[in-house]
Order: sequence, then structure tokens, then C-alpha cells
Amino acid sequence: MIIGATSAIAQEVARQYASPGCQLFLVARDESKLDIVKADLLSRGAGNVATACMDFSVASDFNTVLDNANAFLGSIDTVLIAYGTLPDQVACAESSDETLKALNLNLVSVISVLTVLGNYFEKQQSGTIAVISSVAGDRGRQSNYVYGAAKGGLSIFLQGLRNRLATKGVNVLTIKPGFVDTPMTKAFDKGPLWASPKTVAKSIVKAIEKNKDTLYVPWFWFWIMLIIKFIPEKIFKRMSL
Amino acid sequence: MSKYQSWGNIPVSHHSIIQPAWRNLNIEFNETGAGYLPYGLGRSYGDSCLNDGGVLFVTSSLDHFIQFDSNTGIIRCEAGVTLAEILDLVVPQGWFLPVTPGTKFVTVGGAIANDVHGKNHHSAGTFGCHVTEFELLRSSGERIICTTEKNTEFYKATIGGLGLTGLIISAEIQLKKIPGPKVISETIAFANLAEFFSLSDESDDKWEYTVSWIDCLATGASLGRGLFMRGQHTDQDTTPCKEKRTVSVPMNLPNVLLNKHTINAFNKLYFYKNQKKVNQNIGCYEPFFYPLDGICHWNRMYGKRGFYQYQCVVPLDDGAYITEQLLSTISKSKMGSFLSVLKKFGDVESPGMMSFPRKGVTLALDFANQGSKTLQLMDELDRIVVEASGAVYPAKDARMSAQSFQHYYPQWQTFSEYIDPKFSSSFWCRVTAAD
Repeated sequence: MIIGATSAIAQEVARQYASPGCQLFLVARDESKLDIVKADLLSRGAGNVATACMDFSVASDFNTVLDNANAFLGSIDTVLIAYGTLPDQVACAESSDETLKALNLNLVSVISVLTVLGNYFEKQQSGTIAVISSVAGDRGRQSNYVYGAAKGGLSIFLQGLRNRLATKGVNVLTIKPGFVDTPMTKAFDKGPLWASPKTVAKSIVKAIEKNKDTLYVPWFWFWIMLIIKFIPEKIFKRMSL
Repeated sequence: MSKYQSWGNIPVSHHSIIQPAWRNLNIEFNETGAGYLPYGLGRSYGDSCLNDGGVLFVTSSLDHFIQFDSNTGIIRCEAGVTLAEILDLVVPQGWFLPVTPGTKFVTVGGAIANDVHGKNHHSAGTFGCHVTEFELLRSSGERIICTTEKNTEFYKATIGGLGLTGLIISAEIQLKKIPGPKVISETIAFANLAEFFSLSDESDDKWEYTVSWIDCLATGASLGRGLFMRGQHTDQDTTPCKEKRTVSVPMNLPNVLLNKHTINAFNKLYFYKNQKKVNQNIGCYEPFFYPLDGICHWNRMYGKRGFYQYQCVVPLDDGAYITEQLLSTISKSKMGSFLSVLKKFGDVESPGMMSFPRKGVTLALDFANQGSKTLQLMDELDRIVVEASGAVYPAKDARMSAQSFQHYYPQWQTFSEYIDPKFSSSFWCRVTAAD
């Protein structure tokens, strides 16, 4: 099951899974985009694909979507949550409405979905919950701390959920991508640190198979963030990051 | 430097970028300056994929398949899907591209816009011959479905139309059935052009794919020596191919590395290494079709100054004589290249109005950019090709004069009626500029 299935990274993950034995249930906001992704995955050899529309920026009934997914798939062995936006930090700084909107989509709505999913997987006693967070959540920086706060909060929530489900046979994977060349980041100049969604997707699939807890992707972001986290706040607060 | 350059790195250009991600969404065409041009993977060598000061439609996110029927071999996909992705999907199911260029890292849209050709031109024609349908988005917002029967003018103008007739959104291609992923091939050394032509005549009926590498620095009695390669799909070994690791040239190499001595040494070694009369091999399709795809960014070997490609076709009748003239001009200049390719084109006609391939002999070479002396050499080659009523390939060109172009493509004015009013390219501005 993929939630936010029309995002660039989610599409590439789905393509990695597109083989005759694989059944996919895709959830996203836009029906016409879902149709395009569905046809793509079926062409690439996916066993069966079903879709459901849901808008995560407004309170919606995720229980019904989950019931439909469960009915289609029989049981859900892996769920990937991949939706989100990159809010404009300047706009957020000027308006609490913008800030709340960004926090609601990137944090509150994901937590609400995860609450339902957590109980589902706890009952099932098996499976993987993989969620795309971000390296931006590892430390607050002036250039995108609203997004960072959402992703940081999400990472903490996932830690707790992992702790709760670890003894129940359920694996929780926190995915922390660095710079990925997707429509979400189209406004940026791309340098050597940027990775393609396909590279990121391959690492995600591997991490799911290996039951990893946290995935920095590409791998070098682990070391970059390690250094960034170690900079003393006295110095960090004066840096322009 | 922006990452949207051409493969030869000449000329350096600046663009704003639009990256459409969904084929059903409408695009606003608000730009009033240099206009729009689609951009696939930038494997065109010169400026036909550039639009300096304008907008590029980068098609890398239009990468969805729409349908693949493994019974009929008909595939439908968006224009940004690469030939590599198609091969990954269809080869295990017994299908192959009907025509493929020497790299699989091109998009379907680019393959149509340049009406690319391959080692099977003598039997299969160009890529455009196998495109059964495509959808073309014009700046008016109109979406034109083009086939051999519907909107045929736009069909013909867009195949080989250098991206100027609008944005190709999606296409349908008839693939070719193959018995397995392996190719049986032979490499035969030839001592001169006469031997090349007799090998071609003998092989073109029996072998689906033929191409020759030529030592363009050999002079005198060795002029025109080379290696003739022929191959076809085989059922002798149907085990699947393993994914090969690729290496990458990490950065632009110093320009001094490629000079007449190193290139001459390479050409000699390559020739003598393969000189054994007939060398037969059964192997995966990839090294046979895409020998250079194993080295990512091989264009960086030519350094920051980049390089030029020159590919021409001349009529078959005096093919031998004209090819000899071209080769002796090149070997005299001592500005040779590693990758000189010679092939006889067949007479399968392309639907494309502006297509480059036509019956004749085609010669392709690359030249490190050494400034005016490289340009002078190519001007000299142009004089020979113009006189012979041949043509030069726009997808590989960064320098031909407007006069030469209009000589090679006298139909260019008829074609220009189908160009989208908001589309242009650096190439098109250059070759249609008034003197």
C-alpha cells in the first residue's frame, strides 16, 4: 500500500515492486494522476493495481480507505507513506495560517494516518510501516525550519511507534532523504549532492527488505547530518544555513 | 554551468526550465522571448537540443508507460521514457526496439524528433518508420493525434522535426520480435574502402545489423582500413543477460590527453588487435549495440572545450570516391577521432519530412574542439558533401552554415510552415539566419 503514490519517489518505489507477484494499492489526492501511475505500473508488469483518492490536507476518513486496501490486498505487508509538500519558509514566517497548513499536511495528517495504521499492524503482528521523513528534521535551520519541525516531529513519532511495535513483529522504517531531484524541488539548482528518485527508491526497497530502522539516503547524508548535529548551537545559530 | 547542455558541450547555453510531470495537465505558454524547445536527455551533440535564452521542456518526468501488449509488441508510453527503460521491460518478454541508435540513453521523444537510425537502416529504415502514433501538444493548447492516416502533415513534419513542431507528449511504437537477448556477431578487418563496399554488399542481405569502424588517420595504402561488424539476434543462447556495472568519467579531462598521437596510437592498436580475419562472438545485445553506454559521461574525455561530431551521407553512386575524398581530407588534417563510423544506408524511406537518413553511404566522426582549425576542416568537408548532393545530420551539428543547411534540406521552408509559432532552437535560428 502506498499513500501519496503520485509523488516522484513513491512512483519509483512502486516501479521497483512492479512484478507479476506484486499487488499494489495506491492512495493519492488526484484521480487522473493515479490513473497514469496505475497504467504505468500495470505496463511494467505489476500483478494487480487498485487506487483510492484521498485529500490529506482536509480531515478525511482514512479507515474506509484502509478497509478497501485490506479487502483488495487480503492483508497489507508493507505500507509506504510518501506524501508531503515543501512549504515556502518565507511565506510561513509571515503567516501563521501558512505555517499551520504546512504542519497539518506534513505532520498532523501523517500522524493521524499512522495512528490507524499502527493499530492495524499491531493486530496483524507483522509487516513494515515505511515513512518518508527528511534530513531537514534532524536540525532546525533558518531556511526551512517549518518543514524541518514537521519532519523532526514525524521522526520522533516514528521512533515511539517503532518502540511500541518492535515486540509485535512490526518494523517501522524512517526514511530521511537528502536532496532529491523531484517536482517538489524544481526551484533549486542541482549540484553533486542531488540524487535521482530512482536511486532513492532502490535504497528504500532494500531498507524495507532488511528491516532497517532509519535510512539516510543517499548514504552520505548520515555523515553530513552527523557533523551538522555536532556543531555547537552557539556557533550554529550564527551560520547561514 | 547548467546541467542542460548538449552532448558535445558546444555551445554553452542558458535556459529556464519547465518540467511537465503529467501528460494530462495543460501547460501555459506565456514565454514571449526565445520560445520553447523540448529537451530529452541532451544526447544531441550540437545545438539542436538547445534554445539559448529560452525555455526548455525537460521531459524526464514524462516517463510513464501507458500500455504494453506482449502479444502484439505494441508499446505506448510518454515521450520522456528512455530506450533503456523500454529495453529493460520488453527484452525479457522477447521484444526489441525496431531501430536503435548507438546509445540507449535517449528518450522516445528525442528518437522521433531526430528520426534516429541504427545498424539496421539497410533493412528497417529509421525509428520514425515504426512510430504508429503520437500525441503532439501545440502552444495553442491543441493536442494533435498524428498517425500515417490522421494529421499526416504533422506526422511527417514531427518525425525528424527537431522538436520544433510542438511538444510530443506520448507515442506508440511497433516493436520487433526477437528469439532471445543475445546477438551473434562477426568482426572482419578490411584493408581499404573497396573491401568495405564489397563486405557491405555481401552482408546487407544476410545480416540484420552492419556497421564499420574506420581508422580515419590511416593514410596512403591503408586509407579506408577498418573493421566491419555484422550481427543479428540469435536463439542459440537464450539465457538472460546480467546487469553490468558501468564506469563513469567523473569530470572533464585535460584537453591534452586527446591529441593526434594518442588518437593515432589508439586507432592503430584497435585495428591490429582485431585484425584476425573473422572474429565470431555470441553475447548480450548491450555491448553490441551500445559499446559506449558502459562509460557514463564519456563526452568528458574531450575536456571542457567539448567536441564536434560530423555525420554526413553521400549518394551511393560515387560513394566510394567521395568517401575517399572525405577521409583523405581528414587524415591530411591529422584531426582524427576514435569513433569513426561508416555504414551504407538502405532505401527504406522515412516518413519524416526533414529526416537525415537516405540511401547512400554515411560517415560519422568526432573531433576534439581545437577552435578555428576544427571548424575549417568541417567547412572543407561540407564543400565536398554539398558538391556530392549529400546531407549533414542536424542532431550532430553545432556549426554548419545556413547556406549548407539549406542546400542539404531544400524542403526546409515547406517544413517551417509546421513549426509551432512559439517553438525554436539555437540550431534553427542559426541555420535559417539570413546571410
